[in-house]
Amino acid sequence: MAPVISAKNVWKLFGPDPERYLRDMPADRGFDEIRADGYIAGVKDVSVDVGKGEMLVIMGLSGSGKSTLVRCFSRLHDITGGTIEVDGQDIMSLNERDLIDLRRSKMGMVFQSFGLLPHRTVLENVAFPLEMRGQDRHTRRERALEVVRLVGLEGREDYFPRELSGGQQQRVGIARSLAIEPDIWFLDEPFSALDPLIRREMQDEFLRLQEMLGKTIVFITHDFDEALRLADRIAIMKDGAIEQCDTPDEIVMHPATEYVRKFTEDIDKARVVHARGLSLPINGATVEGPPVDGRARIQDLARQLVNETREVIPVADEDGKVIGVMQRKDALDLLLGAG
Amino acid sequence: MAVTSTADIGGHTDQSAKRDPVLIGLLAAAFVLMAAYALGILPTWLYRVPEEWIPPTAEMLDVVFAFVQNDLGLIHLTRFIAEGPLEFLLDATANLLYGKRRWPYLGPIPWTAIAAATAVLGYYLGGWKMAALAGGTFVWTALIGQWDIAMQTMSVLIVAAPFAFLIGLLLGIAAWKYKWVDRLIKPILSILQTLPFFTYLLPAVIFFKVGPTAGAVATIIYAIPPMILMTTLGLKKVSPEVVEAGKMSGCTRWQMLTRVYLPAARTELLVGVNQVIMLCLAMVVLTAFIGMPGLGAKLLAMMGSFKLGRSFEIGITIVLFAIMLDRLSKAWVEKQPYHHEKGTPWWQQHAYLLGGVALFVIFYILAQFIDFFAEIGRRQSFSKGKEIDKAIKGFLAIEGVNAVTDWLRWFLNVKVLIPFRNSLLWIPTSAFILLITALTYWIGGKRPAIWGFIFFTIIAFSGWWDRSVITLYTVISAVIISMLIGIPLGVFAARSAKWPRRILLACDTAQTFPSFIYLIPAIMLFGVNDVAVVFAIVIFTTVPLTRYTIEGLRTVPPEITEAADMSGATRRQKRWSVQLPMALPTMAVGFNQAIMFAFFMVIIAAFIGTQDLGQELQRTLAGTELGKNIVLGLNVSLMALTFDLAVMSWAENRKKVLGLT
Ligand SMILES: Nc1ncnc2c1ncn2[C@@H]1O[C@H](COP(=O)(O)OP(=O)(O)O)[C@@H](O)[C@H]1O
Ligand SMILES: [Mg+2]
Repeated sequence: MAPVISAKNVWKLFGPDPERYLRDMPADRGFDEIRADGYIAGVKDVSVDVGKGEMLVIMGLSGSGKSTLVRCFSRLHDITGGTIEVDGQDIMSLNERDLIDLRRSKMGMVFQSFGLLPHRTVLENVAFPLEMRGQDRHTRRERALEVVRLVGLEGREDYFPRELSGGQQQRVGIARSLAIEPDIWFLDEPFSALDPLIRREMQDEFLRLQEMLGKTIVFITHDFDEALRLADRIAIMKDGAIEQCDTPDEIVMHPATEYVRKFTEDIDKARVVHARGLSLPINGATVEGPPVDGRARIQDLARQLVNETREVIPVADEDGKVIGVMQRKDALDLLLGAG
Repeated sequence: MAVTSTADIGGHTDQSAKRDPVLIGLLAAAFVLMAAYALGILPTWLYRVPEEWIPPTAEMLDVVFAFVQNDLGLIHLTRFIAEGPLEFLLDATANLLYGKRRWPYLGPIPWTAIAAATAVLGYYLGGWKMAALAGGTFVWTALIGQWDIAMQTMSVLIVAAPFAFLIGLLLGIAAWKYKWVDRLIKPILSILQTLPFFTYLLPAVIFFKVGPTAGAVATIIYAIPPMILMTTLGLKKVSPEVVEAGKMSGCTRWQMLTRVYLPAARTELLVGVNQVIMLCLAMVVLTAFIGMPGLGAKLLAMMGSFKLGRSFEIGITIVLFAIMLDRLSKAWVEKQPYHHEKGTPWWQQHAYLLGGVALFVIFYILAQFIDFFAEIGRRQSFSKGKEIDKAIKGFLAIEGVNAVTDWLRWFLNVKVLIPFRNSLLWIPTSAFILLITALTYWIGGKRPAIWGFIFFTIIAFSGWWDRSVITLYTVISAVIISMLIGIPLGVFAARSAKWPRRILLACDTAQTFPSFIYLIPAIMLFGVNDVAVVFAIVIFTTVPLTRYTIEGLRTVPPEITEAADMSGATRRQKRWSVQLPMALPTMAVGFNQAIMFAFFMVIIAAFIGTQDLGQELQRTLAGTELGKNIVLGLNVSLMALTFDLAVMSWAENRKKVLGLT
């Protein structure tokens, strides 16, 4: 199936004359060398695909280029090099009109500090994209009310943003981004500005919405727990480049670079890795007894692993078919941190 | 650490200034020239630029203007605007407010109706206090018998302010959107802001007829610059996420501007509105000089015939209007939208609007039957002009008071002002220019010095050197005196917890008064002479000096004062070696403003009878000598700009050094 977003060798440089600099730049120039030349590599040679219905989480320290990359996807930034296709269309080739249409029909975005219009009520904020599309007052009111209800803000339609708490304001931001029923949903650290308890609640809320709506999502966070809770795949960025883009299991079990390893070092791996992630090819070994579910996290298998008598445990996929075996020792090492 | 480093910095600049060869060279050259003049060996062309070397700038300008005006037909365009839409609007408001016999033939609106409606507006914006202020101002004006002249002033203000707002807004948007517009507008703005108001007045008179139209045009032009600045500032400050949210919602460019940027910049735009209104009021009062009837004209006439009681009353009216307009528009800035509970009936949601309209209608109808509610004639008014007159004159005649003012007048005139003026006039032009260059170099560095040199050389060749020097002398004397008052006052006030806020409030309020007002006490105390001029400027300029001294001292970061405490500084040491150096950049801003205010006031004071540029400028109004007017105006502007550049450059450098930016 064709990816919804397909980025190939994307560059975004900030500086006086980025196009020219990039054209004349020798290959494999590093981030620091580029900076010494007076440019900042916001995004550095990134290639990544996002599949339909997939949730890609982008992670990295602050300043690593996460926001910049996502703004390239929606062409809030014009990229300096490479190509970005959305639904097979090169977005850099769109004229202003087509770009506006693309955003009006396909994209929604949620911002870290909400980006609400202070002079509009909750309902007017949510209806804003519909208003820009030129929908009539009645339809847009109906639709806005529907989304406001979806995010649990009914009863506050007439409030102004400054009369709401942070969590409620972000609900407005989420509702606004959903009003046009976008196919692609960008969220730039949507919960970072909220305090931990509310954050947890909003994540649950977000998972519920995602289950219901099944959108293609690019989600930025710098919180690893958040990434692990949400991600199908995680892309880890450093200095504008993607260090590794993989499933959470792979990132934790097989970090591609030293940086990623350091990054994941303090994670409680048992909470991340699934039985499938530890499974090895059978290679003719004899398997006995009932298999464990490959989708189960090692942490959730803890009790069973401790009481287990077999050294080699079969692992099954969602249909119950055995796909490999897991060494009990590997699993226990992961669980007890002796790895 | 921080403490020692600031002390180091202070010491460092002093040393480098002493050693700087450029500075020494400039000063030495100036002294050589002065010595030569004292010995009588200075060539005369170095003493004053000879008459025959002075280019006929004024005449050339007159030719250019005549060409633009008549041959290019600009006059037809401006006259069309003046006699067409602008005059139409002015006539309409004049009819409504004081019953001029023009379309729509409805007015005058009874004073009670206006007072009641504005009181409701005041209540809506800021509660009972604002209601009392707004209603009270109009009641006072009516009762004191100044309704008609106040409404003459307001009828121009009501037309001029929206125009200034709109033009400023559009130019501000253009400057924000296009770099080249910004680059074009910036220098023009800084000249406009230092140009004496007489220079706004004359072109207005020539191109737009005498009377309210010219007054309105001058007022509009005068009030535009801050609106431009506030607009660009506000648009630049809109949070990037709000902008991105707008783009992601699929806004077109037009939608971005009208639905995202402008509403999000609401606060700054409203601050701009406040400034536009206040500048309009200040200018509309001054248009008295070109024969615009109203509060200003009345004040001018009363002061001219030394009717101090009536002047005083008009002064209070002007001050009340200033405070009211300022507070109401500021309350509007603060006013945030809030939601009504679900199911609030519509009449409740619009209670204020309905209440205001209802009261307006009730008083309108009442006024048809009860004359007192419609209009208060001169006989019925409560004016106590004569009595106040007697009281003031009686007070001034008291032995002690009289002796004090007389002595002050004598001392300032004979011992300070006249000797100072004569010595400035004694200095040869060439030496003077070098001294100014040295001063600006010492204060602001190379760039301001180059500009100072160029500007004063231009002044020397303008043919108005002596009058320029007299203007400068008045400004310098006044600013020095107000520094002696304002800075200690600020330092003293900043020490306590309560006083700063009170004094800042007083300064803020005083700054909203139209400058004209400051002439009243000066004339009351000193009559019509040089001392009164300096006194008026001193009151006017002490305000910003005090204000910024307090502000500067209060914004010294607490870590730094704490560090000083930890290193065992006494309060005195702390003030002199820590707080003051840190506060200096902010104080410099106040100093700069004081100088600009002084240049502004010195021109107004021409009315009292001075011998400076202001006097000449005022004369050009009568003779409609546009070229000369512009030359004189530019002279004032160039002097003001010289100081502006030097002081601001100093403050910038200092802030950078102290890491305050
Ligand atoms: N408009 C811009 N102009 C110049 N530099 C920028 C701009 N936007 C971002 N950058 C730089 O690009 C880098 C990446 O920024 P960003 O994408 O915001 O990081 P993140 O979202 O991961 O914290 C940073 O070094 C930042 O300073
Ligand atoms: Mg970011």
